[in-house]
Amino acid sequence: MQLRARHSQPGRLLAPAILAAACALYSPASRTDVLPEDRADALASHYSGGGQDINGLSFLVRKKAGDHVSLSYSHLEDIVSGASIDVRTSGASPYREKRSQDGLNAEILYGKTTYTLGVTHSYEPDYRSNTANFGISQSMFGDLTTISMSYRRTWNNVFKMVCLVDDKDLNYPCVEKVRDPAFGEKDMDERSYGVGLSQILTRNSVLSANLEVITDQGWLSNPYRSMMYAEPGTGAGFALGPEVDPNTRTSNALGLAYKYYLPWRAALEAQYRYFTDTWHIRAHTAELGYTQPWRHWTFDGSFRFYTQTHADFYSDLFSSANEFNFMSRNRELSSFTSYTIGAGASYDFQIPHAPWITKSSANFRVDHFLIDYKDFRDALLIDPAKGVVAGSEPLYNVQLNVLQLFLSIYY
Amino acid sequence: MRSARSVLGWLIALLLCVQLCACSPIQPWVKPYERERLADPIMSFDPNPISSAYMDHVFEVRAASRGGEGAAGGGCGCN
Repeated sequence: MQLRARHSQPGRLLAPAILAAACALYSPASRTDVLPEDRADALASHYSGGGQDINGLSFLVRKKAGDHVSLSYSHLEDIVSGASIDVRTSGASPYREKRSQDGLNAEILYGKTTYTLGVTHSYEPDYRSNTANFGISQSMFGDLTTISMSYRRTWNNVFKMVCLVDDKDLNYPCVEKVRDPAFGEKDMDERSYGVGLSQILTRNSVLSANLEVITDQGWLSNPYRSMMYAEPGTGAGFALGPEVDPNTRTSNALGLAYKYYLPWRAALEAQYRYFTDTWHIRAHTAELGYTQPWRHWTFDGSFRFYTQTHADFYSDLFSSANEFNFMSRNRELSSFTSYTIGAGASYDFQIPHAPWITKSSANFRVDHFLIDYKDFRDALLIDPAKGVVAGSEPLYNVQLNVLQLFLSIYY
Repeated sequence: MRSARSVLGWLIALLLCVQLCACSPIQPWVKPYERERLADPIMSFDPNPISSAYMDHVFEVRAASRGGEGAAGGGCGCN
């Protein structure tokens, strides 16, 4: 049986919105807008959980060039080490891998219109990605309203790494990796179309709405993940096969964000996002945040709730190797609920003997995740000796921690 | 049903267009001198872009949903 992804028609939804936004661009102008502040940020991050550690460093520098242009450059490097449950289930060894990303952006302000142009290059040994983006935003109604449109195009190349030299005595046994010539190079293209609205509602509150349609075409499977099917003849009761995803996907996301200035100097933020795609995944995201300044400090806390349904072609355990044309056991496509609680503190200070720096801040933030999978089981707990065979093992859940330490200077 | 919704969408867009392009501009109901609180940095939706870009990437590679809330970094985070 072949499962067919039903394609929505984003044009039906987007066209009226784009017409409205396009007309809005011709409304009378009365006051100039402003470019973002000149600033530089350096961030160190640490992610741990689910058998993986990821240490990252990133930088972002933004500087105006004249009265109309603001340029920004960003660079990040991540080092991923360990082995997730998928790697361990497949029997592969823990690994260590580096990812780097560079981005260059320009914001050009002309009257009340801001144009954004940018390019990004991301590189991993098994994943190469190039992105170009263009956006336009227009302030109107005495700067109460800002309407924006954006387009982004991404070209991705996917490879599969295989181990040439394996030393089982090491923590990361794969000493030398090369790209698998049998897998070759797979292409995946992505296009994103967005419209947005930012609206000042009252002297204390502001609302933002964003609609984004993303279409993908090409290799959308994961080269390392396997689907699992029942094999009653074996002790564990299962065998692994290649994951096969459809070659196209279109998704729609509508995000709303509301911020309110409380009667004392503090802010409350509420966000909601509805997501749907042609793989029949539905997701809801809700987040609440609170920001409280105190002397030189700013404290903030947040709680995020996320839930999604599984893709049409997802199953934890298929009944046979050829049950469907598309089959996946990718846990990101399963049904799950996640809760994230976060807290941050920021301290403002002046750097002596550097009058060109107008403000500086040191920031620390910690986020704790709890992810409860509804139909993804922990295959590592399969133990036929204890009567635990595939399909009867407990559901998987994971807790993750993300730490961020960053320094910001404004000049 | 779908075509009726489509026509309704175009009509609303057209009405909005006419409103936006009207001769007399709509007067802002929150005057510039009343926006002191909105200009406070604590009212920014994205006060720390470097941190939010990183967190967007963390969320995006661990779930199927994407978009609608700003751009995330590249990379697949596959393993």
